[in-house]
Amino acid sequence: MKTACIILLIFTVKLAESKTILVGKSRTVKTIQKGIDLAKSGDTVLVDAGTYKERNILLQKSIVLKGVDFPVLDGENKYEIISVKTRNASIQGFRLQHSGRSEMRDIGAINIYDSYKVTAINNILDDTNFGVYIQNSKNCTIKNNFITAYGKNEVQSGNGINAWRCDSLLIIGNTIKGHRDGIYFEFVTESLVWGNISTKNIRYGIHFMFSHHDTYIGNVFEDNESGVAVMYTNHIQMYNNHFLNNWGAAAYGILLKDITDSDISGNHFTKNTVGIHMEGCSRINLHSNSFYDNGWAVKIQASCDNNDFRHNNFSNNTFDIGTNGSLVLNTFNGNYWDKYEGYDLNRDKTGDVAYHPVSMYSMIIDSNPAALMLFRSLIVSLLDKSEKVLPGVTPEELKDKIPLMKSLPL
Amino acid sequence: MKNILKYVIVDIVQNKIVLVYTFLLLLISLSVFNLESNSAKGLLSLLNIILIIVPLICIIFSTIYIYNSSEFIELLVSQPIKRKAIWLSIFWGLAASLSLAFFIGAGIPILLYHADATGFMMIAMGLFLTIVFVSIAMLAAGLTRDKAKGIGLSILLWLFFSLIFDAIVLFLLFQFQDYPLERIMVFLSFLNPIDLSRIQILLQMDISALMGYTGAVFREFFGNSLGISLSFAGLIIWILIPLIFSLKKFKAKDL
Repeated sequence: MKTACIILLIFTVKLAESKTILVGKSRTVKTIQKGIDLAKSGDTVLVDAGTYKERNILLQKSIVLKGVDFPVLDGENKYEIISVKTRNASIQGFRLQHSGRSEMRDIGAINIYDSYKVTAINNILDDTNFGVYIQNSKNCTIKNNFITAYGKNEVQSGNGINAWRCDSLLIIGNTIKGHRDGIYFEFVTESLVWGNISTKNIRYGIHFMFSHHDTYIGNVFEDNESGVAVMYTNHIQMYNNHFLNNWGAAAYGILLKDITDSDISGNHFTKNTVGIHMEGCSRINLHSNSFYDNGWAVKIQASCDNNDFRHNNFSNNTFDIGTNGSLVLNTFNGNYWDKYEGYDLNRDKTGDVAYHPVSMYSMIIDSNPAALMLFRSLIVSLLDKSEKVLPGVTPEELKDKIPLMKSLPL
Repeated sequence: MKNILKYVIVDIVQNKIVLVYTFLLLLISLSVFNLESNSAKGLLSLLNIILIIVPLICIIFSTIYIYNSSEFIELLVSQPIKRKAIWLSIFWGLAASLSLAFFIGAGIPILLYHADATGFMMIAMGLFLTIVFVSIAMLAAGLTRDKAKGIGLSILLWLFFSLIFDAIVLFLLFQFQDYPLERIMVFLSFLNPIDLSRIQILLQMDISALMGYTGAVFREFFGNSLGISLSFAGLIIWILIPLIFSLKKFKAKDL
């Protein structure tokens, strides 16, 4: 009780101490930087609506920087708009536009360096090079921001949310558009990416490397030039994400390269050239995903092992599974395949004969892409049918021993 | 010529087999569009029908029709009419009535359920295939007097274009696997009207993205208006060459 009283007392004292500094064209404090300079730790700097061209704003105090009716911070295509180097700071309700671009440095709208517990909430970022750039920081939160860029090519544009060497980040509910990569992680661990929408980016919706123990839930990755690519990472968890409309010669719903010990479930892969492309992956659990209307639902290279596909729906795909070798170290049991033609005599809801999801033509295409000319021709369907009965070219062991008769409600 | 053409068309349109063909196409197209979950998938199923059934029916029906009307042709030859006019009016009569059958049977359902660029391309290719295979049938029937041989030849030709040619292509692909074959494939596709129309329809469906570099080469060649006009020109040549050969044969024929 005594301690509680003391804590309460300290808290009230703190509250009494913290004050609000008003910044605006009609106020005594005209510029945001001046407001920040005047503020003490724990204060709030409240910025009126209007346009502020202050070159680079440096935030090195534990304060709340808050915009009223989205004041515009303009970088005039030259400057890094806000640089944060502190702990316990927050940036809320601004409209940041026209950040600078540089060949030498990664210039963004909100740059967070070596910080702890910094949050950026409800901002609108428009025409920025990098949107939010986080470097060497911990426990930062990036929430409900709208980040838009109008990049033309990969070389000259930045990433929507770019994080390097961070830990415990929360990236929640952001809408990211038109960057090189929507979200880019390198050496980011123990983080949560939740409910973001990443669309129409020039390269990937999300791209990460060496970012272990991260969780991705309910994000939408749509219409990105090359889909999503993730590499060299272990222990990732991906639940209920949507990978949509990543259609093109080099586009993937998601490309998994050297991903190990992970869990990918409840995701929707719709209308991608390749739903999932796996290379050198081990021990991934893929269950309860839905693959619909893709060119290839899954392309799994022979370098993958111990991955388990279970209770997934495969429907309306041109090819269900594609592979490049005869060695099969993965399991594909208990999935629903719309191309399955078997029967269920004992009525246990699983088919009595195994299903071979790799079609002969997909093997031919893989080794000899010019065979595209014969796509959907009579000879190809005849070959496929005969191969289904007597597998010769396709890997005999790649099969679903207990294919489901009805699709799962996913 | 006009009168003969009119007579041939009226004769074929009243033919029971053509009526059944029209009705069958109509039935298949409508059921395909109604059964499949979306109309794009219905279009894909219809693609197989157009590429297999349409050439088969056209080539066999035309061959049989020409043999059956041999007496009628002999009668016309005895009249002061040019042989060219007789042969061409039979060709146009067959082509027009079978195209009409295709248009009613498959074209109208496509227009009803999927009236976009892909649908239009499909109708155009179906009509082209109809005429091409009527033309090939004229050649098959002109080559030999024996009805059984002629029908056998036309079945063989259909088999060649829909199956054997592709098998040869597949064989070549594996024999010359180490060489870049993409551009040669584009050339080879011009040697078979069925392949040419299939590729043209599939490119409209944007399947090309599936196939990486080859898809890109095909897309680059066939995707623009020049490529489309080239493949149309290719199909027109496929109509003209067998027709001209058969016409030459018919002109010199001792009836």
